Amino acid sequence: MILNVENLHVKYGNVEALHGIDIHVQEGEIVTILGANGAGKSTTLMAISGLVKASQGKIEFEGEAVHKLPAHTIVTRGIAQVPEGRRVFSTLTVQENLNLGAYTSNDPDRNRKNLKWIFDLFPRLEERSGQLAGTLSGGEQQMLAIARALMATPKILLLDEPSLGLAPILVKAIFDTIREINQAGLTVVLVEQNARAALKLAHRGYVMEVGNIVLEDAAANLLSNPEVQNAYLGGTH
Amino acid sequence: MELFIQQLTNGLAVGGIYALIALGYTMVYGVLKLINFAHGDLFTIGAYLGLTLLTTLGLTNYLGPFGVVIVLALMVMGLVAIVGAALERVAYRPLRQSHRLSAVVSALGASIFFQNAVMLIYGARYKVYPHDILPRTAIHIFGLDIPLIRLLMLLTSIVMMIGLYLFIQRTKIGTAIRAAAIDQGAAKLMGINVDRVIMIVFLIGPALGGAAGLMVGLYYGQINFTMGWLYGLKAFTAAILGGIGNIPGAMVGGLLLGVIEAMGAAYISIAWKDAIAFCVLIIILIVRPTGLLGERVAEKI
Repeated sequence: MILNVENLHVKYGNVEALHGIDIHVQEGEIVTILGANGAGKSTTLMAISGLVKASQGKIEFEGEAVHKLPAHTIVTRGIAQVPEGRRVFSTLTVQENLNLGAYTSNDPDRNRKNLKWIFDLFPRLEERSGQLAGTLSGGEQQMLAIARALMATPKILLLDEPSLGLAPILVKAIFDTIREINQAGLTVVLVEQNARAALKLAHRGYVMEVGNIVLEDAAANLLSNPEVQNAYLGGTH
Repeated sequence: MELFIQQLTNGLAVGGIYALIALGYTMVYGVLKLINFAHGDLFTIGAYLGLTLLTTLGLTNYLGPFGVVIVLALMVMGLVAIVGAALERVAYRPLRQSHRLSAVVSALGASIFFQNAVMLIYGARYKVYPHDILPRTAIHIFGLDIPLIRLLMLLTSIVMMIGLYLFIQRTKIGTAIRAAAIDQGAAKLMGINVDRVIMIVFLIGPALGGAAGLMVGLYYGQINFTMGWLYGLKAFTAAILGGIGNIPGAMVGGLLLGVIEAMGAAYISIAWKDAIAFCVLIIILIVRPTGLLGERVAEKI
């Protein structure tokens, strides 16, 4: 087990956003977390990345507790996140964004190899490497956000709604890339509202409702689960 | 024409000082969205520390005039940088999670503290810099006599600004500073230690402000514990003029404000010098609140 979240509670002020959730991710898996707005999906990823702190419970990565570490040290453990809304550095160039992805790396050879791989995955970024990130289209910014996270050579990639606001054809391209990244050996945790696409891609899935995990199963089972179909897949067709 | 060129060089020299101070405001604002109201007082501290070091160390016995000034500047910059970092640690970091106004109030408090500390240590009267540190010679350009010290001041501030610009644009830490200014959360996800970035900003800004204080002491010859207030306000105006949060903006804004002020003093009335500078602030806030080079919408502090 590469990632083990146990009884995770997170509070924003006095309001508890996560009421003790358990998530287990095996190495090489794609795990998706589904749920409506406000269910706590993003908070879960933020807690794993250390941007919000657990008030109770623990997060273990490769057997070591990481929930007490400051956020900026977590990426060095091998956890990279593509945050919701992309959050690329808009007034920096594409290349500078990618360099920042490798901020904690002191290995120029590895950075060069990563960059080459990333430009193979997203040739568009190479064409635009000198451009300011804010001038890219939404799809290109999403590619940049993923590429930037990959520059850290993570072992696990946390993706927060990569399909948000993208045209269906781009969503397909992004999801194909996620599969490719996974096949290259990366473990992926995917938070999505686009439940159907996410379940087709993932091996396993969790369903969250108001700060709790209500369902956990193989992705294929979730896809055919009537409750999930009604709530997240727009009913049975 | 002679008046014009004299005022232009004078305006640029003073503008260079405004620009150096404005950089401190704008860098802190960029990363923390905080106007560091104590920044003008760090400038004052630079001027006073320069005077103390000058009169106690006897550097003039070992070094030529330029050697003295360079060593002095490095020492002042280092010391004021330490004061700046301490200020951040004590007055701002504990309030990082609080409402932004709390930090503004803390900044005002720090300003009062510094101003009174300087007054208690050095007294309330004007202090005079030794006037024989730099040669008071003039240089002949275009048939005009321009004081050497004025040109040196302009040159020094421009060298520092170019140095800062290259640091911010070309180095890894500089890129991290720009990233933290755009989105601290995303910067943390990249593995950037944002607390350290803020610390670096609070070393660089005060160092430049302290250097500006030393330059004012050397140029005008007299300093006072309240000097940081007016210079701070002018530099703040310069930062707004160029676009707060924007580093080249602070440079351009500072130089421009210096020139506008000098021209106003020469061709309108010297009594209106400060009024003209603040009219510039009002006009820019009405016409272009984001400043000349600013892109981000100005928020209220």
